[in-house]
Amino acid sequence: MRTMTFADAIEDALANAMAKDERIIIMGEDVQMIRVNLFTRFGKQRVLATPISEGAFVSAAVAAAMAGLRPVVEVMLVDFIGVAMDAILNHASKIEAFSGGKWNVPLVVRTACGGGYGDGGQHEQSLWGWLSHIPGLTVVVPCTPADAGGLMLSAIDHEGPVIYLEHKLLADYWLDYLGAGGRKTVKYDVPDQGARGLVPVPLQPIPIGKAITRREGTDITMAGVGVSVHRALEAADTLEQHGFSTEVLDLRTVSPLDSDALCKSISKTTRLLVVDEDYRDFGLSGELAARVLESGIHFKYDRVCTKTTIPYCRDLEDHTLPNTKKIVEVALGLLKL
Amino acid sequence: MKADMWFLYENMFRSRLFEAKVIEAWKEGKISGEMHLSKGEEAIVAGTVLQLQDGDAMALDHRGTAPMVMRGVDLVLLFREFLGHPNGLCAGKGGHMHLFSKEHLAASSGIVGASGPAAVGFALAAQYVRPGKVALAFFGEGAMNQGMLLEAMNLAMVWKLPVVFICKDSKWAITTLSASVTSGSLVERALSFGMASMKVDGNDVEAVWNTAEEAIKRARAKQGPTFLHATCSHPEGHFLGDPLLRIARHPVKEMKKVAGPLLKSVTKVKGGSVIKRTGGLGTVTSLIGKTTKEQVFDQKDPLKVVRSKLETDKDRLKKLEESVNEEIQNVVNNVLTSSDLKK
Repeated sequence: MRTMTFADAIEDALANAMAKDERIIIMGEDVQMIRVNLFTRFGKQRVLATPISEGAFVSAAVAAAMAGLRPVVEVMLVDFIGVAMDAILNHASKIEAFSGGKWNVPLVVRTACGGGYGDGGQHEQSLWGWLSHIPGLTVVVPCTPADAGGLMLSAIDHEGPVIYLEHKLLADYWLDYLGAGGRKTVKYDVPDQGARGLVPVPLQPIPIGKAITRREGTDITMAGVGVSVHRALEAADTLEQHGFSTEVLDLRTVSPLDSDALCKSISKTTRLLVVDEDYRDFGLSGELAARVLESGIHFKYDRVCTKTTIPYCRDLEDHTLPNTKKIVEVALGLLKL
Repeated sequence: MKADMWFLYENMFRSRLFEAKVIEAWKEGKISGEMHLSKGEEAIVAGTVLQLQDGDAMALDHRGTAPMVMRGVDLVLLFREFLGHPNGLCAGKGGHMHLFSKEHLAASSGIVGASGPAAVGFALAAQYVRPGKVALAFFGEGAMNQGMLLEAMNLAMVWKLPVVFICKDSKWAITTLSASVTSGSLVERALSFGMASMKVDGNDVEAVWNTAEEAIKRARAKQGPTFLHATCSHPEGHFLGDPLLRIARHPVKEMKKVAGPLLKSVTKVKGGSVIKRTGGLGTVTSLIGKTTKEQVFDQKDPLKVVRSKLETDKDRLKKLEESVNEEIQNVVNNVLTSSDLKK
């Protein structure tokens, strides 16, 4: 094991995979600077700078994947995926079904997500629920360096389209690029365990569709992905002081969802609190409730999610995104039921 | 109408001073995330926006400060918005990238190219409810590769809409040289839609004014849209804290962070050939060199260009600058000392 940052683990995974498989190319806006090490190592044939033309280059990546390459296409921020949505909604996700299972799209769409650094509602969305709504897409959201590297390895190996979401509070270069900009006068609530941590040598693939229990508990299950997992872990510490034992389930993959792990945990704790930085309505939090209901388990449920457009103002933003205080409050309410 | 250079300079100077305060606030951490300045675009904005009338619309990109300042938006509201103040222009919810003023028909977007179709929509509405009014679209040259903008230009031509498409060409799409990802000439692209297209030195406010005057006149007279291609530079880079500029300005300190991993990339066993690797390294260092040259040493300052024409009346110039200085200082004092400011 060695200690790595979240961002370095992703880069390491990509570098290892690219060294082994020449079909892997990276393309996206500014990638020759943002991925400067990969660009230097693999050259411009493997790391392609694109114009600001998401519609064209994501669509092209879909067809390139169909025709023998394994592209890792970067849409800088997931908010910008709107411009490329047709490629994802109507093409990448559909080809396998339309071709009767005869043609795959081994594509990774890598994109940064999440808020907590005051960049406003057009640069800080999560959108994994929205993307997971579409059949045919795999959506992964790592929250530790080991998972960031491991899920990237699996995403590259996967035979279908994978949306790989990296949270900006965890990836230090994004936070510096879009948040601090070299300043020491701004503070962001970065989960230490997520931004830096132990990573196996060599990196091990993390299976897609498998959740992991980050903390064992008996009274309540908190489930989520990305930074929300760390907020849940912080809340669990506080709840322990109140005498409650919390299980924290990191789903890691939103689609396909690990229903078994979820149901197993809820059948033990009988309480589910979903902590989700994505929008509350019609998303992951409701889906988790549905999965547990479908399994016939009787349980108590609540959720702490983002309900509105994320405001620019840092104070308002902190109240809008799931925060530890709110999670504890809602959990205590649920535990009294 | 002949350009009133005093009026133009006053507005450009106001915007520049206002942004100087914004830079201070950003450095002090009072502004949280990214900060894209209009600095360097003042002549383009002054030469166009100052010709607008009530009922004209502006579709803005992520650099909306100067257009908002010059359109007459209350500077206290604007500054509060940048600080995320609940009594800001947008209740602290938009921030600098998402500035909106309904009374000025001014709307921003942080999505590259989105101002094109927005201006088309504003112009379409004008034809029904505000005949004779026009819409301006502001965007960078990087946006010229965005499908929605090109689609919007076609639509504006097909429907003969009163739009002026204003392309502010700084040559850089964030850290990518636009020339390396753009084929052909932008003016010819616009011409190929059959659109009237003009090239202008975006550092020369008088030239911008004269060109824009013609474009706006055509739009008001129902003669259709115009494409203005105006060159400029961004002395603060893409945004405050631009990593390329940081390296350019503090090569010793900042290159240390970059050099180690870069060296590792070159010496790693597997990867491209030695030629490819050193080629990559060369591209990176040449980009840094180019930024240093273009954005640190070579910049033409649109304010200096116009100011030099006014230096014949030094007293008036001094008075004007003092008065704007005082105005901006009052705005900042008002906002920063106000009791309801939490930060």
